[in-house]
Parts: sequence; structure tokens; C-alpha cells
Amino acid sequence: MNTKEILKAINIEKIRADFPILQREVNGKPLVYFDNGATTQKPKQVIDAVAHYYEQMNSNVHRGVHYLSQISTDAFEVTRRKLQAFIHAEHEHEVIITKGTTESINMVATCYGRKFIGEGDEIIVSAMEHHSNIVPWQMLCDEKGCVLKVIPMNDRGELDLDVYKSLFSSKTKIATFTYVSNALGTINPVKEMIDIAHEHQVPVLLDAAQAVQHMAVDVQALDVDFLVFSGHKMYGPTGVGVLYGKEALLNAMPPYQGGGDMIKEVSFEKTTYNELPFKFEAGTPNIEAGICLGEAIDYLNELGLEQIKAYEDELLAYATAELSQVEGVRFIGTAAQKSSVISFVVDGTHPYDIGVILDKLGIAVRTGHHCAQPVMERFGIPGTVRMSLAMYNTKAEVDTLVEGLKRALKMLL
Amino acid sequence: MQINEIQDELIEDFAFYQDWMEKYEYIIQLGKEVPLIEEQYKTEEYIIKGCQSKVWLFPELKDGKIYFTADSDAIITKGLVSLMVKVLSGQTPQDIAKADLYFIDQIGLKEHLSPTRANGLLSMVKQMKLYAIALQAAS
Ligand SMILES: Cc1ncc(COP(=O)(O)O)c(C=O)c1O
Repeated sequence: MNTKEILKAINIEKIRADFPILQREVNGKPLVYFDNGATTQKPKQVIDAVAHYYEQMNSNVHRGVHYLSQISTDAFEVTRRKLQAFIHAEHEHEVIITKGTTESINMVATCYGRKFIGEGDEIIVSAMEHHSNIVPWQMLCDEKGCVLKVIPMNDRGELDLDVYKSLFSSKTKIATFTYVSNALGTINPVKEMIDIAHEHQVPVLLDAAQAVQHMAVDVQALDVDFLVFSGHKMYGPTGVGVLYGKEALLNAMPPYQGGGDMIKEVSFEKTTYNELPFKFEAGTPNIEAGICLGEAIDYLNELGLEQIKAYEDELLAYATAELSQVEGVRFIGTAAQKSSVISFVVDGTHPYDIGVILDKLGIAVRTGHHCAQPVMERFGIPGTVRMSLAMYNTKAEVDTLVEGLKRALKMLL
Repeated sequence: MQINEIQDELIEDFAFYQDWMEKYEYIIQLGKEVPLIEEQYKTEEYIIKGCQSKVWLFPELKDGKIYFTADSDAIITKGLVSLMVKVLSGQTPQDIAKADLYFIDQIGLKEHLSPTRANGLLSMVKQMKLYAIALQAAS
């Protein structure tokens, strides 16, 4: 199908009907939800699955011989296989189920760092990272005496690949960057960047928290070493996420936490660790979220990420065009390749002011630094107003936002 | 005027406005009337932490009463600051320290007082009371 046919075939009203919260009002107005970068809403398939889990399946996983423990374990492992297929991992055991992106990054910083990074070593990060892909590495640097090397970006919010290439040295131990910037919407040329790192035998961690819900991601085609994302940003439950890692790397790394499930045998003299993926899954996981994330993946697969991307790209272009008509709006992040995020400021107003008035109109946007203070500093602003799209948003909602913004500016300026 | 008299007057003022838009327009207007802090005091020392927008607040003790000057980089926040200054400026440290600010609730701005709100109205109130206690001890 070409883009036109895809756009014709997609039935937004039907999709919207699957998301009960989109039916509600806020401050007496129909909710317009444009804070999908922070978290997406959930379809009733996911919501129902949560109730079903507690009504019919609740039991601990990987432990009991009894019936309920078996069906909950099976369902949990079904999600792992769905995740494997979703990112096209070679092995099921390369998919570690975590609490979310933040925990996944901390696991790599801690475990890979413990084993492979020492004093004077270098870690490459980009200037557009979410705090959760900066701070864990800084903590490692404090502990080990390694240093961060930062890939700068231009005024459009695109990384400078020439500088990136020049940052590699014999001391570089890992490179980490985001697929899509949560603050700017930039889609980075990650395949090219991964290839460059590999020329220097440096593994790459890719933060796909803002990518997997918007575009198809294939870890083998990318040849990426680690990939992380969160369930709650892809229409799934909160409290669950993924660390994908190449088998050899995961095997070489020490475990993250000690506890139940991650061991083979324990005695006071010696403990042997379990195999992948369980070596990295100590303790009782968020079982219900793990199981129900499978429903979210089914939901995405049914619609198809290609269709979703075509629809969202069109909506992004429409929203960008409409907002650019509003006097005073200045976009922050104008990369050639963008996905689902529009960040802007209006000179003479503070993002907070705009956010408060839009909220009164039932419109949810995010204001502030979006957990990316270095990005705000780079552009010399205190924060932005960020609208972030999802597949259930409509052009009519964009119009409502634009009208709301005009109204806010009339009050504020 | 006493703190409570000012509060009651504000409650009356706000009762006059029917919808939220008029209310916010009034708050924005109040922001323009705030006694502005001198530029030299817009420093780290006088910034109130915990705000998405910045708030600067400067206290001064004159004849046993505290006078506040303030500013904010966000217009609505500035209006909220202005409200607090209206109520507490020109009062004695004792009265400020023990003031019960019931007007916030009554004019329908309670949502702005929760500790998780990004405007830091709560930190602002706390800071004003802390200044009062400190200046009370100093005087
Ligand atoms: C790019 C990016 N990385 C990491 C995170 C952190 O995700 P979580 O809070 O789900 O761990 C986010 C979420 O805002 C994000 O947008």
C-alpha cells in the first residue's frame, strides 16, 4: 500500500473507541490528550487484560507446579516471545523484562560498567538525551573515574556526526544515544551511528523509548548491542519495560541484583547464577504488567506500525503547518527527520502559562524541560510547550489545540 | 488592614468573576501590579526553589513590618505571587508567621497549592513565613 491508501484505510474513530479515557471530559471540555511522549493511554484490550489477570490467573511466575502458576508463567513468557518478534531479536533470552527504560539503562551502566569500564575510559553520549540516559553514566563516572564525551547538535536539533566520529578513541567503551528525542522529536540516523561505533569495536546502547510505538524497530538489521524501551509509552501498562542485549554481551556481564529467580543454586559458600534471561530478573517481576504488555503489542501489530507511522507523520506535518501560522510560535527542534513531537516557545510567554490555560480548556500538553535540561540549555530557554502525538489523535484535536493556544496568547500577551 | 480583612476582600473580588477565564485574566492583571523586586536582588539567593517558572522574592523589615517585592518569569505565577504579596506584605512578622491563608481555597485556587504543582505556590508561602520567623528573631 502507498501512503495515500494507508491513510484511507486507517479508521481513527474505531481506534479512538478502543480507548475509554478519550471519551472523558476535563474541566468541562472533551479531553484532548497531547502528552503521549510522557505516557500513552491504554486500549480496553489492555485494561481488560489487567482485570482478567487478577480474576483468573494471579499467581507467581517461574515457581509453582500448580495450575495457576503455570498459566501465569506461560502468559509471561508469551509476552517475551511477542517482544522478541516485535524487535526481531535472534533469541528469546536476549529479551530481559525490566521495570522500564530507566531501569534498563541503569542495568547496562551498572553491569556492563562494572565489568568493562575503568578509570580514564570514555563513554559517548549525545547532547539530546533524557536524564535517564545521562545520570546513570555520570554515576558510573563518579564511581570508576571514567568520562563522558558528548555529541553536540546543531540549531535544528540534529547531532553532528563529524564530531561524533572524532570522539572515538582507544578508551571509548560504549556509545549511547536516543533513537528519537523526547524533547525535540529528532530521529537520529542510528544505523549509520551504530556502524561508526562498530568500526571502532564499540558497542551501542540505543534508547528506543520514543521510537518503538511510532516505527518498526529491528535490532538485527540495526545490529544494535543494547536496546531499551518502556511498556507505558507503547499503549501498555506502567512498570514494565525491556532491555534487549546481544547474547554474548549479556552473558559476559555480571547480574544486576541478587535475589530469587536469578540463581541456579545458592549456598553460603557459593551461588551460581541462572541463565539468560533470568540472570537479570531477580525477584518477583511486575507479572500483570508483563503479561498485559503482550496485549499492547498485539494491538500495535494489528494496526501495523507502517500504517501508524504514515498516519502520525501526516498528523505531525499538519500540526506543524497549523502551529506555524500562529504568530510568535518558535519551534525548538526542526530536524529534517522528525517523529511525533512538536516543541515550541512563544516569545514573551512562559511555557508554564500556556500549559495552565490549555489545561483549563481540557488540552493536555507538557511544559518544562522534559527531563532534558541540557537540551534546554543548548537552546537557551527555560523549557518548551511540547505536544506529542499518538495514533489516536486527530486533525480536529490539532485544531482545538491551535484555537486554545490563540486564546491563551490573547490572555497572556 | 489586617491579613484576614485583605483575604475577605479578595474573596469578594473573585466572587465577582464567573468563569475561569475571567479569573485568570484578573490574576494576570494582578501580576502587573506586583511591587517589583530590584534587579540586583534577582539572584540565586532570592529564588524560590521548586518552581517550573522562576520566582524571586525579597523581604524587607521596616518599622516592625515586612514588605515583600517579587517577580516571576511566568505571567500566571507572577499573578499568584502578587496575590500572596497583597495579603502578607506590610504585616508584622508575628502575623505573617501564624497567618491562615484560607482565601486560596475559597477563590478556587487550591489546585495551585498542592506540593506537586509546578508553580511552587506552596514553597512561596513557606518561604514568606520563614522570612517572617527569621526577621522576627532578628528584630
Ligand atoms: C527518550 C526517553 N528515554 C528514557 C525515558 C525514561 O523512561 P521511563 O520513565 O519509562 O523509565 C523517557 C521517558 O520520558 C524518554 O522519553
